[in-house]
Amino acid sequence: MENTPIAPTPPLDPETWELRLYVAGQTPKSLAALSNLRKYCEQHLAGRYQLEVIDLLQNPQLAEGDQILAIPTLVRKVPAPIRRIIGDLSNKERVLVGLDIRPLKDPGH
Amino acid sequence: MPENTHSPTAHKTLPKTPTGIDGLDEVTEGGLPQGRPTLVCGSAGCGKTLMALEFLVRGILTYDEPGVLMTFEETAAELSANVASLGFDLPALQAQHKLRLDHVHVDRAEIEETGEYDLEGLFIRLGYAIDSIGAKRVVLDTVEALFAGFPNEGVLRSEIRRLFRWLKDKGVTTIITAERGDGTLTRQGLEEYVSDCVILLDNRIIDQITTRRLRIVKYRGSTHGTNEYPYLITEDGFSVLPITSLNLRHEVSNEIISSGVPALDEMFGRGGYYRGSSLLLSGTAGTAKTTLGATFAAAACQRNERCLLFAFEESPPQLIRNMRSVGIDLQPYIEQGLLYIEASRPTLNGLERHLITIHKLIKEHKPHVVVIDPITNLISVGSLLEVRSMLTRLIDFLKVQNITALFTALISPHNVQQEATEEGVSSLVDTWISVRDLEGVGERNRVLTILKSRGMSHSNQMREFLITDQGVQLLDVVIGPSGIVTGASRLTHQLQDNAQTVFRQQELARKDRELERKRRVLEATINNLRTEFESVEEELRQINNEEVTHQQALTTGRQQIAHASSGRQPAPEADSL
Repeated sequence: MENTPIAPTPPLDPETWELRLYVAGQTPKSLAALSNLRKYCEQHLAGRYQLEVIDLLQNPQLAEGDQILAIPTLVRKVPAPIRRIIGDLSNKERVLVGLDIRPLKDPGH
Repeated sequence: MPENTHSPTAHKTLPKTPTGIDGLDEVTEGGLPQGRPTLVCGSAGCGKTLMALEFLVRGILTYDEPGVLMTFEETAAELSANVASLGFDLPALQAQHKLRLDHVHVDRAEIEETGEYDLEGLFIRLGYAIDSIGAKRVVLDTVEALFAGFPNEGVLRSEIRRLFRWLKDKGVTTIITAERGDGTLTRQGLEEYVSDCVILLDNRIIDQITTRRLRIVKYRGSTHGTNEYPYLITEDGFSVLPITSLNLRHEVSNEIISSGVPALDEMFGRGGYYRGSSLLLSGTAGTAKTTLGATFAAAACQRNERCLLFAFEESPPQLIRNMRSVGIDLQPYIEQGLLYIEASRPTLNGLERHLITIHKLIKEHKPHVVVIDPITNLISVGSLLEVRSMLTRLIDFLKVQNITALFTALISPHNVQQEATEEGVSSLVDTWISVRDLEGVGERNRVLTILKSRGMSHSNQMREFLITDQGVQLLDVVIGPSGIVTGASRLTHQLQDNAQTVFRQQELARKDRELERKRRVLEATINNLRTEFESVEEELRQINNEEVTHQQALTTGRQQIAHASSGRQPAPEADSL
């Protein structure tokens, strides 16, 4: 699982994760997703992430850009490739796998 | 396109949105249900996307109703490129804010599912697209693609149901396309959710020729054409042929037009064909069907009418050359724009495309006369039943336009006796002329008969005709000892006739001369008699005179005697003498 030869200069540690969470109003699912996400980020990406919450009810034109269909959708913009996770993010493991986040204590990175 | 021309009742009918697609509005009696979703299903490659797209584009161009296309398969750019050949300029329509394309990309690999979700994003996107241009029409091109992207079918189904409900509430007229499933209308059973109108497109191959058929499976709240209607995808887009539904109510004309052969015209009670009638010219090979057809076309052009000639056997130059050899020059008419020859091999296209081509050219050229030579060749591209239904539709179409149509039909030699055309169109046409070969001793002669002519009396004779440098010429009927004679026996007959005539003339002259002689002899005799009579008369008169004189003398004598006897001297007597 060595990425180094492919990605030329990935400054692994200073890398900032850009995450976007698309919601539509303050629905229970959206709120659950947001709180779940915040929790995982604080645990695993503390200080290394930017989280943007986009409410499509207010900015519907943004839905097309990120190919949003399901609500809520979490989009990992950076690091590439783009990944999407749909649902209220209640399944922690799947979120981490989906985002390709390895626990901090994981040796190697 | 006439809309709702069929509605016979005064009841309030379901509001409909005209599609603007050729023929579809007739089949659906006005269009798709307004403000409701319509499901268009069919197998791959039968034109679902095209039909849906044309619905949008025609809506924008013809009815000024903006539209949204949400595509789940092709990207906007691909789609624009695909339909550019049909003359649909999607980018321009987008620039005018009349059309919005939204490509929904669904990729299972990119999506991780964790927990509960719904498809509110799709609703928001669609809602935003609709609201941003005030769309009245929406197309969801293969919404089933979602099934590939989202693993949770339960959620998906309820969301799709909600979507259709939501579209209805929005009041947009929607077309949802779906792949045809195995034994079901759609692969994912979408027909369960769309209950207002379902249109099925079918693409079948019969004898290596693709025919496309459209059927309205259901249309809630409205009557509709229930048949399978052939449709085509032409360079002008989608085209449905509902023409069988035409009723027999067309106007008729009393005008008579010439067949181009004066002697043939005379065989008809009114001196020609009715304008707007359909004519069939059937015959075996080489019986001058094409020539007669071209003669008719040329006659029309001579009257300064436009004529459309469909040649399925010859190319235009060949036809022109061949017709020139029999004294029919078509070239000038082509140059004047009166005659248009469309030549193609029947096998080039399916039957329906031929029909469409014919329709298109008729709309373009607005001819007074159409000649199709021959219709029999169309059999090679369709089954008998299809050809018949196509010709029925064609004949009806032409009649409604008051176009006089002449079809030629080849009859296979073993069929001649039955005098039936294989297409069975003979019952559809108004006038049927049969041309055939009469095989004699060592020769074949062409003869022509009128088998039927609706609305006028016609000659019952078989007329032999020749193709001369001056075109077709009908010969006078020669009746021999055993009926009508043709060809060499006609010549023999004519020679005999001539000899007899000469003989009779000589006989007559001889008799005349004899009469004259007799007259002269008689006259001479009469003269003699008269002379004789005169001399007798003379003689008699003489005798008579003498008698009178004698009597007088006697009388005088007696008087003298009487005087003398009275004693008086008859002195004056001497004086009187």
